[in-house]
Amino acid sequence: MMNKTVSGGLRRRTLLATATAIALSPVAAQAQDELNALVWCDHTDPALVEPFEKANNVKVNLKEYEGTGAAISIIEQSRPGDWDVLVIDAVDVPRAIDMDILGEMPADKLPLNDLFPEVRMDATTTKDGKVYAVTEKFGYNTISYDKTKVDPADMDDLSVIWSEKYKGRIALYDYYLPMVGLTGVGIGKKTADLKQDDLPAIKEKLFEMKKVARQVSDVVASQTALATGEVDIVVGGGEWLTAGLSAEKPNLDWTIPKQGALRWAQSIGVFKDSEKQDLALKFVQYIVSPEGQARLATSSCYWAMPANAKAGAHLTDLQKAALRWDKQPEYLKNSQLYPVADSDMDAAMQDVWTEMLQQ
Amino acid sequence: MTATALERAERRKAWAFALPALLWTGFFFLVPFAYMAAISLWTRQGREIVATWTLDNYIAFFEKAHLFKGLVVSLEITAIVTVISIVLAYPLAWIIAERVPKTWQRFALIMAILPFWTSYVVRSYSWLLVLSKGGVVNQALLWLGVIAEPLELSANRTGTVIGFVHFFVMLLTLTIYANLIQLSPNYRRAAADLGANAFQTFWHVVLPLTLPGVMVGAFLTFVLCIGDYITPQILGGNNELVLPQVIMLQLGRRADFPMAAAMSLVLMAIVTLAYIACARWLKMERT
Repeated sequence: MMNKTVSGGLRRRTLLATATAIALSPVAAQAQDELNALVWCDHTDPALVEPFEKANNVKVNLKEYEGTGAAISIIEQSRPGDWDVLVIDAVDVPRAIDMDILGEMPADKLPLNDLFPEVRMDATTTKDGKVYAVTEKFGYNTISYDKTKVDPADMDDLSVIWSEKYKGRIALYDYYLPMVGLTGVGIGKKTADLKQDDLPAIKEKLFEMKKVARQVSDVVASQTALATGEVDIVVGGGEWLTAGLSAEKPNLDWTIPKQGALRWAQSIGVFKDSEKQDLALKFVQYIVSPEGQARLATSSCYWAMPANAKAGAHLTDLQKAALRWDKQPEYLKNSQLYPVADSDMDAAMQDVWTEMLQQ
Repeated sequence: MTATALERAERRKAWAFALPALLWTGFFFLVPFAYMAAISLWTRQGREIVATWTLDNYIAFFEKAHLFKGLVVSLEITAIVTVISIVLAYPLAWIIAERVPKTWQRFALIMAILPFWTSYVVRSYSWLLVLSKGGVVNQALLWLGVIAEPLELSANRTGTVIGFVHFFVMLLTLTIYANLIQLSPNYRRAAADLGANAFQTFWHVVLPLTLPGVMVGAFLTFVLCIGDYITPQILGGNNELVLPQVIMLQLGRRADFPMAAAMSLVLMAIVTLAYIACARWLKMERT
């Protein structure tokens, strides 16, 4: 009994000494670092983040959000320094710069020259010659369809979306900004020049679209409807809706009609108040590197084109085919950016969209 | 101690017991409600919320057809759902109370409330699978040769109503059942003694006596149905927006909290009116 007690005491002392030694050792002093990133859902794919975490012995905490308004709300409720990295809609980068939340990034440490020139978007990602964000991914709001159920040739003309031919077989993507822009493109209006005076004509077409549509739905519902055959066409869709399903649903496809489509882009930057500027920059560098870009482009949440043209070397032929890699020069030329609206125009567009929903 | 002193002590005790509930209601209902009422008088100008004191949001709600239509659609759907649910729930409750043996009634009630055990998001998505073009109903009807083309049972008002009715029939069944089992069999015996047949007994005796249960269930159905936006969102296909969906648009897309607050108060006023009507009717029934 005595022996047991003595040996038990010895074991406890040994354990305590070992624990103290570990706690005071240099290894423990280098506890795993953490990085907090406010991102879109595609960054939450472990296949994208884990290689960075392992290579840098860091834990990346990801907070997913939808819509710049939600991000701004989260940032306003946080303390300076809470967040290190921000992923944001490219068209909203100037807003973030004006809010003074993004820090300058060294241009010479980013592969800016490797980006597709059309998506560098210096006008929005830089200010006074300083780089505040870098485009990481882009895609299109156009037409996704089931090529076994519709005539693919019909999809080359945007007017099909308000024709009677596919009545009851169309889903409209429920996001007013690209849909108003895309409808404008369909009637020959440039998104960059859109004004309130253009809205009545766009509204008329939106009403026509609603009459022939089966549903107006968000990303998940639109994708489900197309995949399950509820609808055969999703207006406003694109590679982000169908490319990720290319292996299981080869019948789903997308194209850019002759009138053109809308191009979206997402950017990544470092928070000005981040206390881990170097690590945050390292994460950005990883995301825009060819390897990171290939993983981001084929993220489980949604696929889309990598902004870095060198990512092609890390994508398979099937992946590139699903993303229409070879057609990018033509697609980039025939696509326009989202309308950039002031608050009045934005409110007017939302009113038009809600009126359409209530038709 | 005098009688007055005793009364005072009793009153203090009563207040002390009521205080936690009063504080709870004050902090978690009255204060937020007053704050929301104040916000509804503010306005969103550009991207800023400005603390003005104006009825502009209320005026805009009643003037803009696409906003006001949300209320109309909500009332229409709620009325349809409430009526259909009552028509289906009453016979179900009557069968459970009158025809199912006592030993099986508990089991029957568990079956009736089973849908409450799943979240209504899951339930709505399940209905989507049942009602969609390739869903169970259409596939069965196509296979039987009853229809040549799939019926449009989802992404429209029909889908929304079916989703709601499934849920609220269960709720109404419970309130009506609770009323039916409390009914003394002597009422029916007395009616029979007076020469009434089964239908006359039901129509003139049982139904009037169970109307309070119907009314309470109908009110709960009204309140829950008019405030829900998940079921219309999933099963309605966004082809018409109910008022809560329009409110969500103000919050999610425009960050227009003042307008959302104004519309929420309109919704709340309608629910309050429904409550007053229901309470008055029940009071009249008792007198």
